[in-house]
Amino acid sequence: MVNKLVTDTAEMLEEKTASRKAVVHSTAYPEQAIGSPFVKNPKMSMRNVDVFYGEKQAIFNVNVDIGQNEVIAMIGPSGCGKSTFLRSINRMNDTVDSCRVKGELTLDGEDIYSAKMDPVALRARVGMVFQKPNPFPKSIYDNVSYGPRLHGLASRRAELDEIVEMSLHRAGLWEEVKDRLDQPGTGLSGGQQQRLCIARAIAISPEVILMDEPCSALDPIATAKIEELIAELSENYTIAIVTHSMQQAARVSHRTAYFHLGHLVEVNDTEKVFTAPEHELTEAYITGRFG
Amino acid sequence: MTESKQSHTAIIQRSLARRYRAEKRFRAYGLMAITFGLLCVALLFTDIISKGYKAFLQTSIQLNITYDADVLGISDLNNKQQVALADFQGLVKKSLQARFPDVTGRKEKRDLVSLVSSGAGYDLRDRLIANPQLLGNTETLWLSADDDIDTYYKSMGDENGAFTGRTSEMRQGWIETLKQDGDIKLGLNRVFFTHGDSREPEQAGIWGAAMGSLFTLIITLSLSFPIGVAAAVYLEEFAPRNRWTDLIEVNINNLAAVPSIIFGLLGLAIFINFFHVPRSVPLVGGLVLTLMTLPTIIISSRASIKAVPPSIREAAIGVGASPMQVVLHHVLPLAMPGMLTGAIIGMAQALGETAPLLMIGMVAFIVDIPGGFTEPATVLPVQIFLWADSPERAFVEKTSAAIMVLLAFLIMMNTLAVVLRKRLERRW
Repeated sequence: MVNKLVTDTAEMLEEKTASRKAVVHSTAYPEQAIGSPFVKNPKMSMRNVDVFYGEKQAIFNVNVDIGQNEVIAMIGPSGCGKSTFLRSINRMNDTVDSCRVKGELTLDGEDIYSAKMDPVALRARVGMVFQKPNPFPKSIYDNVSYGPRLHGLASRRAELDEIVEMSLHRAGLWEEVKDRLDQPGTGLSGGQQQRLCIARAIAISPEVILMDEPCSALDPIATAKIEELIAELSENYTIAIVTHSMQQAARVSHRTAYFHLGHLVEVNDTEKVFTAPEHELTEAYITGRFG
Repeated sequence: MTESKQSHTAIIQRSLARRYRAEKRFRAYGLMAITFGLLCVALLFTDIISKGYKAFLQTSIQLNITYDADVLGISDLNNKQQVALADFQGLVKKSLQARFPDVTGRKEKRDLVSLVSSGAGYDLRDRLIANPQLLGNTETLWLSADDDIDTYYKSMGDENGAFTGRTSEMRQGWIETLKQDGDIKLGLNRVFFTHGDSREPEQAGIWGAAMGSLFTLIITLSLSFPIGVAAAVYLEEFAPRNRWTDLIEVNINNLAAVPSIIFGLLGLAIFINFFHVPRSVPLVGGLVLTLMTLPTIIISSRASIKAVPPSIREAAIGVGASPMQVVLHHVLPLAMPGMLTGAIIGMAQALGETAPLLMIGMVAFIVDIPGGFTEPATVLPVQIFLWADSPERAFVEKTSAAIMVLLAFLIMMNTLAVVLRKRLERRW
């Protein structure tokens, strides 16, 4: 399905403009995200999520599920809260003093924000790849092995070597760096750095990987590699990706969630969102009337 | 249309010329400032070195010394009391009288004996104790000249005449005789580098003060660096942002600007009067300088922690590092070069500090070389202050020489800082 989407995104967008028929003819936010926000046996589920920065509310009553081995894309205009929402999922927002998260967020049915959930343990299960490639100023090997070492996932050097090799393989970087594992990760090109960061994230075998605009700092070729990688990774991992590029969302994701100024407007199968959006706001955004 | 475009170009051209002139002027100001700074440094260095280099040399006089048991009053070398009471200076007197037999008057004789340093007797005692077979024998020795003779002899070649001071014409004649016989010379001043302070310039050395400075700085560094870094890390990484931390921050910034003598008073009141730490020792000096250096280290450490990119922190948190691991594995190694720079600046400041040490008794006249943290000591800048205050002419060059030693100390420390920083930075 992904490949099909890659080939005819542009045509699709044009075609859809002709044949679209929005179901909801209103620019008001829906009470509940329209479309199909919920799935059976979700990996993660979010209910009534509000996020505040100090007095300012950034996320308003978001309800959505993320299915097992699913790639869900979050799109929307700048400042619509999609990154904030993503960072609430693995409690990265804890590091921001003024940030408060309300609502119920669960991972395999466990409450993420309960006192019993250790944020460090949570982040070992829900990994993250950031907008700007941010390898540690250490060697490539140390970058990838850092997580496993922290969590004691390898008891012997050989096991660690194996994890590093496998992670770099999965991130599609092994062939390029296998002869220079001891060289600084910061010396790689932007695209390679981002794949290194993905290797670092998957080295601790997380269950969910969150990606916050992973390709925004990369050129089209590097972007294509990362997108291919996401498709491969979705066989083993659950992935939530925030992106500014609708084409990217169309190419890599199974479902797409459209955020608008902190409100979740529509969640649907990706194909549906881009061919027959149900909400006026979604339609306006994907046809380029704003955003 | 074209007309207005042309006039635009002309206006821009004219203003361009003006802008370039302004730029040139601006660059010239900068160059002038740097030249002025360099000139001042060059002036300072030439002044100090030209005044002080002679302190590294010492005039000495060659004499035949006979270790006469009768003059010394020693019958048994193992008798400590006899040795302690023995008149070693008498040997010098006898030897000089033998050298200049035609000196008769009491005053003249006294003048003659004082050609040689009054500390020469101690050197002879040490030699005899080390070589007991010398008793009753004669040897030829170079002995340090008195500081007046030293000053006179060193200034003999000067353009505007030699500095005579207390050197009478008669003594000048004796020196001339010695000079003709090759029995007076300028040699390396070992005493300056190996001895502690003394009232006699020719016996005064810098080593006591240097050791005092070293011990004091060891205490200061080993206390202020860990405490400062720990405080900075806590304030930057863990402390909640509220009124209390704001208050602490303001106070730290204020403390950095408190005159150093106040810290001396604080040390006197707390460490000496309350905790009864002994006076004049490197321990209390180090404690006081720690108080003084802490704000500098905390402020510079916080700045270098702040400069660590947040993306690295996020990356570490993202793979599940605990807050402490984030700090220990990523923030501290990246901030370390900056922290070290701050620490070395603080140490350099502490090394040159005099005022607070005056309050805690480190200005005392201390002859012995300190061997530990709790032995009375003085430090280099205080030694400079003491010598600059002394009336003897010979102390002028000693003061400059001490400044040179202090500067050498500073340059060494700064070099160390640069080397350390380079080392740590290479770990990207």
